[in-house]
Amino acid sequence: MAMNFKNRDIISIKDFSKEDIEYIIDYAKKMIPYAKGERSSTLLKEKILSTLFFEPSTRTRLSFESAMNRLGGKVIGFQDPSGTSQKKGESLADTIRMADSYSDAIVIRHPQEGAARLAAEFAEAPVLNAGDGAGQHPTQCLLDLFTIMTEKKKIKGNNVVLLGDLKYGRTVHSLAYALAMFKADLTFVSPETLRMPKEVINECKELGIEPTSTTNLEKAIKDADVLYVTRIQKERFPDAEEYNRVVGTYQVNTALLKDAKKDLIVMHPLPRVVEIAPEVDKTPYALYFTQAFNGVPVRMALLALILGGKNQ
Amino acid sequence: MKELKITPIKEGTVIDHITPGNAVKVLHILKIPESSSSVVSVAMNVTGKTGKKDIVKVENRELNPKELDKIALIAPKATINIIRDYEVVKKHKVELPNEVIGIAKCSNPTCISNAREPVESRFLVIQKDPIRIRCYYCEREPEDIAAGII
Repeated sequence: MAMNFKNRDIISIKDFSKEDIEYIIDYAKKMIPYAKGERSSTLLKEKILSTLFFEPSTRTRLSFESAMNRLGGKVIGFQDPSGTSQKKGESLADTIRMADSYSDAIVIRHPQEGAARLAAEFAEAPVLNAGDGAGQHPTQCLLDLFTIMTEKKKIKGNNVVLLGDLKYGRTVHSLAYALAMFKADLTFVSPETLRMPKEVINECKELGIEPTSTTNLEKAIKDADVLYVTRIQKERFPDAEEYNRVVGTYQVNTALLKDAKKDLIVMHPLPRVVEIAPEVDKTPYALYFTQAFNGVPVRMALLALILGGKNQ
Repeated sequence: MKELKITPIKEGTVIDHITPGNAVKVLHILKIPESSSSVVSVAMNVTGKTGKKDIVKVENRELNPKELDKIALIAPKATINIIRDYEVVKKHKVELPNEVIGIAKCSNPTCISNAREPVESRFLVIQKDPIRIRCYYCEREPEDIAAGII
C-alpha cells in the first residue's frame, strides 16, 4: 500500500497508524545497504536538512546527518544554542521561520516539551522531532520498533520488559504506547518513585494491553523476550536528592542474565552509564549497538519519504 | 408550599446544573467579585430533578462565548438561562468544543506553550464525560483542569 508521507511532520508516535509504522519499517529495511555504504544514493541530492539541536545529542544528530549524507543531501545546523540568536532572546518561532527559509526539512531537539509541535506550526517545511524535553522522540521509537521487528520477526506476543526510569524517560513513554499498538505484552520494572505514569498505563489499556508493573527485575527477566534498559537521567530530575536515591538501583550483568531466555535481546537507547555492565557487550544478548546503527536506515527512510524521493 | 432559597432575578444570567461543588470555580472563571459589580447569588448542593447541583445567578450580565467555553470545561452539564424582565428568554446547554484555545494554561511548567512564544495555549478534548483534555503541544493531561483556567 502506498502511503503519502510527503511533507508530513514527524512529531509524535501518536500521529502514526500501525500501517504507517509498518510501511516505514519495510522501507527502512531497503535502506540498510545504503546505510552501510555498500550502495550509494543521490535521492536527496538537491535537498538541505536543518538540524537544530538546542540540547546535546550524539546518536540522534549523527545518525540524522549520516542518513541525509547517505542519500546525497546536505546538512546545515547547530548543536549548541549558545552561539545562536536564541541566547539573545529570540523566540523559537522566529528561529524556525529562519531555518524554514534555508532548508527543505527541519530536525529539532529542544529541552521543552511541545517545541517540535510548535515548530511545525511555524514551518512550511516538514519538521522532525528529535526529542522535546521529557516528551516525545518518535524517530527513536521507530528505530526501536524496527530493531525488535528485525530481530524477532514480529512484535505481537513478545514480552517486552521496560526497565529503569519510566517516569521521566521520554523514550519509554512513546515506546510503551507503540508496543501496545502492536500487541506486545508489557512489563514495567522501575524503582517505586520512577514508575510509569498513570496516563501511559491507561493508554496501553485503551489499546487492549494490560501492563504488569513491578520492582523485581530478577523475576521479570525470566520471561522476557526483549529487555529494554534506560538510563536514569540526572538532567530530568527536579532535585539531586531524588536522583541519588535511585541511581544504581538496577544493573544488567551476566549474573542476572543467566536465568534469561536464550533468545532474549537487550536494548538500550544509549548513552548507558552503569545500568548495563560492559561484560554484557560480548554476550549474544547485547543488541544496543545494532540498535544504534538502525537509527541510520530508519531516519533515511523517513527523510526519503517526507522529502518526496521516489522508491529506489 | 414551595420555598425559594434564592429569589428570581430581573435581568441577567442563571447558570444551572453546575456540577456540585463547582459553583465557586464558576465564580472564579467569571472573575467575581474582582472585576464585577453585579449582584451574585450562589446555591450549592441544591436537590434538583437529576440529583444535586449548584446554581449561580448573576444580575445584569450576559456571558460571552469564551466564558461559556470555560464553564463547559468544569461544569459540562451546566445550562445557561438568559433572563430579561424575570422571564427566561434563552436557555441552552453549555457545549464543550473539540479544542479549547487560550482559555486554560498548561500545567506543565516546561511546556513550550508556557514559554515566551507567539502562541496561545491549546488543548484537545479527548473525552467529554468525564472530561479529559490533552495539551496540543506537550501532550500532557492536566489533573486539575479548573486550576489551569486563565
